Amino acid sequence: MANKVFHVMYDDDQKLLDAATALVKQGIQVKDVFSPFPVHGLDPIIGVKRTRLAIASFMYATTGTLLAILGTWYFMIHDWPMNIGGKPNFTWIENAPAFVPVMFEFSVFCGAHGMAITYLLRNGTLPGMPASNPDPRTTDDKFVMEIVTEDNHAFSVSDLEEKIRATEVFELSIKDC
Amino acid sequence: MIKEAAIRKPLILGHKTYHDITNDVVGPIEGKAPRQWKIAISIAAVIALYGVGSIMYLVGTGIGAWGLNKTVGWSWDITNFVWWVGIGHAGTLISAVLLLFRQRWRMAINRSAEAMTIFAVLMAAIFPVFHMGRVWQAYWTLPLPNQFGSLWPNFNSALMWDVFAISTYFSVSLVFWYIGLIPDFATIRDRMVKPRAKKIYGILSFGWSGRAKHWTRFEEVSLVLAGIATPLVFSVHSIVSMDFATSVVPGWHATIFPPYFVSGAVFSGFAMVLTLLLIMRKTMRLEAYINMAHIEYMNIVIIVTGSIVGVAYLTELFISWYSGVEYESYAFINRFSGPYSWAYWMMMTCNVISPQLFWFKKIRTSLTATFLLSIVVNIGMWFERFVIIVTSIHRDYTPGAWGEFHPSVTDIGMFVGTIGIFFTLFLLFARYFPVLALNELKTILKVSGESYKNSDKH
Repeated sequence: MANKVFHVMYDDDQKLLDAATALVKQGIQVKDVFSPFPVHGLDPIIGVKRTRLAIASFMYATTGTLLAILGTWYFMIHDWPMNIGGKPNFTWIENAPAFVPVMFEFSVFCGAHGMAITYLLRNGTLPGMPASNPDPRTTDDKFVMEIVTEDNHAFSVSDLEEKIRATEVFELSIKDC
Repeated sequence: MIKEAAIRKPLILGHKTYHDITNDVVGPIEGKAPRQWKIAISIAAVIALYGVGSIMYLVGTGIGAWGLNKTVGWSWDITNFVWWVGIGHAGTLISAVLLLFRQRWRMAINRSAEAMTIFAVLMAAIFPVFHMGRVWQAYWTLPLPNQFGSLWPNFNSALMWDVFAISTYFSVSLVFWYIGLIPDFATIRDRMVKPRAKKIYGILSFGWSGRAKHWTRFEEVSLVLAGIATPLVFSVHSIVSMDFATSVVPGWHATIFPPYFVSGAVFSGFAMVLTLLLIMRKTMRLEAYINMAHIEYMNIVIIVTGSIVGVAYLTELFISWYSGVEYESYAFINRFSGPYSWAYWMMMTCNVISPQLFWFKKIRTSLTATFLLSIVVNIGMWFERFVIIVTSIHRDYTPGAWGEFHPSVTDIGMFVGTIGIFFTLFLLFARYFPVLALNELKTILKVSGESYKNSDKH
């Protein structure tokens, strides 16, 4: 039997939340949801884990700080120590206060851009990528839940359809995948 | 469904559905360009071309084309730079600081305020870059390995800090803005009928599909970027102020400068946001989204920051006397009674007295008064920078070197030109980009929308 994919459309975020709660309670696995805006409270229901992008950003920012320390040390202390206004440049630490602005800016630069690039790569959203939402209305005012038979071997197709139709469905499409 | 307290003013007026929000924002992009827009952009483009011409003349002739002289070595150029950077600050404040404070009213205004930030910072960058004279060597400000041996930029210099601050600020603001735009471009892509427009918006939307995990990441990225952009916005104008404060010039050498500049920046930025939005909401019929509540909140920010600026002016004045340093006192006596006292009193009237009018509810909720005062504040903030820069250096320690500054045609041409370029860019944005963060607005519809807020049904 070919695997089937259900695209269940709702016309309201609350209806989607209620339906997802009801279906998951019966043991049905929801593969994904396509929505025009973030629906709060949906993630724990359909089992989307928290993202680790914030940790990644912290790591990029720390890398930025270290690079800025290394750079200021090399340019200003090691390679060509400048004598400015008679203030000696023998050690990095003596000059560190003057380097704080650049260290801060460079940390922010690396933290923000590193996270943004990671975000785009992880999402697979890059210039020229094709859109994969099943219906163009999901970026306007409709919400689509994607359920595949592959994830739900415990249920037959007709069984799944019956359970899905019991929720406040706006439109339902069943396709082979 | 979480509901807001009934006492809070609704942020979306009338009975709107999710689909109405999409229609109201995307509709103007799909339709033909209105006549007024064509007229406005033609005027802006002509002024912009005049600015480009002035810049070309400046590069061809040299910095002598400006009215600078040996005493006044910084004048309109740096005034314009600080003015434009300051204007940019409101955008980041609205999108980042107000996001951290969970202020829902920011959603109707953040997109255009951020666009304003990006265009304003671009305009700001023009001045110091062309002030270098040999503009084709502007990349020398970066620490790049070079044929001159161990020649590196000086990281002890506030001007070098500025290079890092402004470039970080510009690029981070751009990324923050674009990440927010991606889902909205996807909405336009999915509605467009014309194949060429569909293709262009398809590329711009990066293939966004609105998956649950992507939205989780989207919210996390927005929050973290807001968290990083908040100290960034404060640091940028602090560093701009250090261009002056780390010097030994009386009138510049003041520890109060960083907070004073930051609040001044937010003050002028909100004024510019109001100027732009009051026109935009009218011409694009966005009154339901940018309503009196938003305007009043922005005017309150103007009172607060305007008062901080006023207190800073008076503190400076007091400290110059209290310090007991005669050079320091003279710098300030010269400010309010010297040859540039007209500029000083212009600044005092526009920045300290005029925003206090917003204490009256009638004035703060009047569109005409808000519009006029927002322009007055921007004029005042330009004069503030002019006063700080020119009055401090036109009379230095050696009276024989005292002089005055007279702007040249190129000075005026470049300043007016940047206003033209700015408005050209902003008008293009208003025509082709979603001017409201429409998908974010949908998240507050049921919480703060007028027809949902105080009703019993979801």
